[in-house]
Amino acid sequence: MIFRPNASSGVPIYLQLMEQVKHAIETGALRPGDQLPGIRPLAEELVINPNTVAKAYRELEHDGVIELRHGAGAFVSGAAREKKLTERLRAGQTIVAAAVDKLRARGVTEAEIRRLFEAELARLTAGGSRG
Amino acid sequence: MADAHVIETGDLRKHYDGVEALRGLTLAVPAGSIYGFLGRTGAGKTTTIKVLLGMARPTSGRATVFGLPVESPQSSVEIRRRTGFVGDDKGLYDAMTVRGMIRYTASFYPQWSRELEERYLRRFELPAERGIKDLSRGMRTKLALLLALCRNADLLVLDEPTTGLDPAATEDVLQALVGHAADRGCTVFFSSHQLAEVDQIADRIAIVDRGRSVLAGALDDVRAAYRRIELVFDRDAPDARFTAPGVVRVRRKGRVLSVLSSAGAERIVDEARALGPVSVDVAPVALKDIFLETVATED
Repeated sequence: MIFRPNASSGVPIYLQLMEQVKHAIETGALRPGDQLPGIRPLAEELVINPNTVAKAYRELEHDGVIELRHGAGAFVSGAAREKKLTERLRAGQTIVAAAVDKLRARGVTEAEIRRLFEAELARLTAGGSRG
Repeated sequence: MADAHVIETGDLRKHYDGVEALRGLTLAVPAGSIYGFLGRTGAGKTTTIKVLLGMARPTSGRATVFGLPVESPQSSVEIRRRTGFVGDDKGLYDAMTVRGMIRYTASFYPQWSRELEERYLRRFELPAERGIKDLSRGMRTKLALLLALCRNADLLVLDEPTTGLDPAATEDVLQALVGHAADRGCTVFFSSHQLAEVDQIADRIAIVDRGRSVLAGALDDVRAAYRRIELVFDRDAPDARFTAPGVVRVRRKGRVLSVLSSAGAERIVDEARALGPVSVDVAPVALKDIFLETVATED
């Protein structure tokens, strides 16, 4: 799997890494029980700070996304399997919440946000029927 | 306490004939961090490093490395024994071969690692039998770094380690550094004016300007705290005075008012709304922009 944090985006790298791991799990690129790269190899591969990788892993463990097994490394949490649907919805909710927060920060009103979501879904449906 | 911060300075001053190179520099470098020491050319980065390693005496203030005062000759020897240093001139002897330089350096350090030596020779693709005078700039840097890494030092002090390197060589050097730091848990203190590399590998930074630290902290905290708030008006932007804390700089250009904030963007946004803009945009700020805004304030 390929993680690619962008150091110059202004978004903390550990947050980007967390998002990319979650995304890999959502798309199935990472499955429950899969082992994540070790802190050192991943830091070296991505040429980022090892403390940053460690922080992302700690936060992912805290969120229940991965398990850190003593001495063995980091693994995608098994719980993801049974609760696939709820996990997916919860992940979706996180994404929506983040998007809504961002929109509100930009001064978009609730009514406008609702319209934007509906317009986007409508656009997708229209595109789907055409293709 | 002594080991929580590997490097500490307080109100450090250094005057060279009439020039104030350091004007009250305060730094705290935690153990195990990769610390990016940022500043423009002439900001005081090299002077700081010279003071830390006993190569220059401070005019006043205090500085410790491993909790040891830098000014005492005995502790300075101990500091240098535990520190790998790569300076501007790389400290290489042109008359030696790569192998000869390595053997010569190794003879001073009982903790020298032959294993690391072989690893970095291969990894940096250094020609062991070539004369140092025939090495490219990139190879000289890599050799100097090898000499510093193989000593198993607790602290690496690197003065502009990637200056003059091409992008591929820069990536090699940074990769070796993060791998080494992860393996050994050593502290890396590196000065740079290359924002991209600091952005990439540092977990802590200080921005030094005219001999003072103007911004210091965990890079993630800095990234999380700084925001650019851009307000667009349907008329010329008002000459607004913000009372909320955290406003670093306000720029007015035509209908756009741009506010750089270092904290509490929400409160500034609330104040901004009262001005009646047609749009409010809040965006993260790249380290490059933080740097440019921070060091330019006195101009």
